[in-house]
Amino acid sequence: MPRLPKLSAPPLPAPLQAPPPRPGENGKRGPVEETKEAGIAVVDWVDERTSLSGAGRWLMFRKVPQGTNWFYTLGSATLFAFLNQAVTGVFLAMYYRPDPAGGAYESIRYVTNDVFLGQFVRGMHKWGSSVMVVLVFLHMGRTFFWGAYKYPRELNWVIGVVLLILTMVMSFTGYLLPFDQRAYWATIVGVNINGTGPLLGPYLSDFLRGGSEFGATTLSRFYAIHMLLLPGALIALIGAHLYLVTKLGTTAPPWQKAEAPQELREVEV
Amino acid sequence: MSDKRAKHKSKYTLDKGIPGAFEGETITRRRFMTGTANGAGIIAAAAFTLPALGFAIGPIFKSNQHHWETVGTVDMFPDNNYVPVVLTVSPNIGEAGKTTVYMRKFNPEIDTDPYDQGTPYIAISSRCAHVGCPVRWVDASERFICPCHGGVYDLLGRRVGGPPVRPLDRFYTRVNGENVEVGPRFSVNSLLRRFSPRDPGEPLDGIGQVPHPSRPGAQKP
Repeated sequence: MPRLPKLSAPPLPAPLQAPPPRPGENGKRGPVEETKEAGIAVVDWVDERTSLSGAGRWLMFRKVPQGTNWFYTLGSATLFAFLNQAVTGVFLAMYYRPDPAGGAYESIRYVTNDVFLGQFVRGMHKWGSSVMVVLVFLHMGRTFFWGAYKYPRELNWVIGVVLLILTMVMSFTGYLLPFDQRAYWATIVGVNINGTGPLLGPYLSDFLRGGSEFGATTLSRFYAIHMLLLPGALIALIGAHLYLVTKLGTTAPPWQKAEAPQELREVEV
Repeated sequence: MSDKRAKHKSKYTLDKGIPGAFEGETITRRRFMTGTANGAGIIAAAAFTLPALGFAIGPIFKSNQHHWETVGTVDMFPDNNYVPVVLTVSPNIGEAGKTTVYMRKFNPEIDTDPYDQGTPYIAISSRCAHVGCPVRWVDASERFICPCHGGVYDLLGRRVGGPPVRPLDRFYTRVNGENVEVGPRFSVNSLLRRFSPRDPGEPLDGIGQVPHPSRPGAQKP
């Protein structure tokens, strides 16, 4: 199998390099320069002990092919939506009580009505999940129609499909948590749909419900899956997905010609 | 040549030509150490993984505790109309563990099916056999109507319209003195033959019984 070319870490782009000293100032150090140098010193201290600046440059200053357009931002947009869900989810978890005998509904009512900006954070989480699902599908469509799943990016596509499934399961488990009528019946219906599968279907729905009936542990089970199991898996796989994207690079759009235009080609002298 | 092949079949390391082998040794010290360390690691990992897995998967095999619940007295239920009562299927979780059951006295003119004989009362579950929404008994049309996807059942709970795949589930009933008691749930197929309780969406007619077998947790009472 041919080895992929090894690219060296890209250099610091021109705007970020230190500007040359202006003539006549003799390297004057005012408070602005001192603050900047203090910041640089802190970053250098960490970098000397971790070598992270090389990885940072590799991630942020990588080359992209000619023809990269706004559709390529859908992946980052999905990541941003996920981070929104994670942060708002953490703050909601500080108030939520997974108690099916009424405490769950009451805790969400408290968040919505009595907590400062609680309605806003809950709304961000609720609508953010719809935004994330839409962006995931748009990103998947973009990857498919650009042909960006072909060699050597097949593994990345597989990881992406697993991420799609995990996102769907996150939506399903999160839907039950407010524990109002809509949440309860939607979960009953969804778990029963799982149970219609031949042979193994009922076992899957028993696993989701924690028994053959919706019981005391069902809500706790959904909460543990939604808060612990799936975010862990999602973060690990998103990390792998981003690593592969950076390592393999992005593809040019399908209409991009492979040869550089005449004026950009180097000429043998 | 054949000499060497015979030597490779022997269990002694000396014969296999491993350097540093002692006479009479069957496993090298390096291999023994590696194997023991790996084995101890596997045992340690299993010690916390298997209980966790059991926690997650155990409920699949848990059997339902049968209990009989009193729902009313013998004169509360007519034999030509349904009266709703509330049953607790999962204790200690408040409203989420309750379900509605429609009760009617056994009527030999209506309940002519051979499988039905011997039941004092007919108790029909309100859980639709499509995906589990609660159905409603409509007296004027003598039908059970499901609001979610339009499933319709007749007076005996048999499907007459919509997407459900089998009739409504029923509950065992008995009379205890003056009280009527409702027991475990069971499923029926369109011939009203009884089966252990199934989830909604599982057909039980003919070949439908094959991919939807009875589960270990659901015993026949």
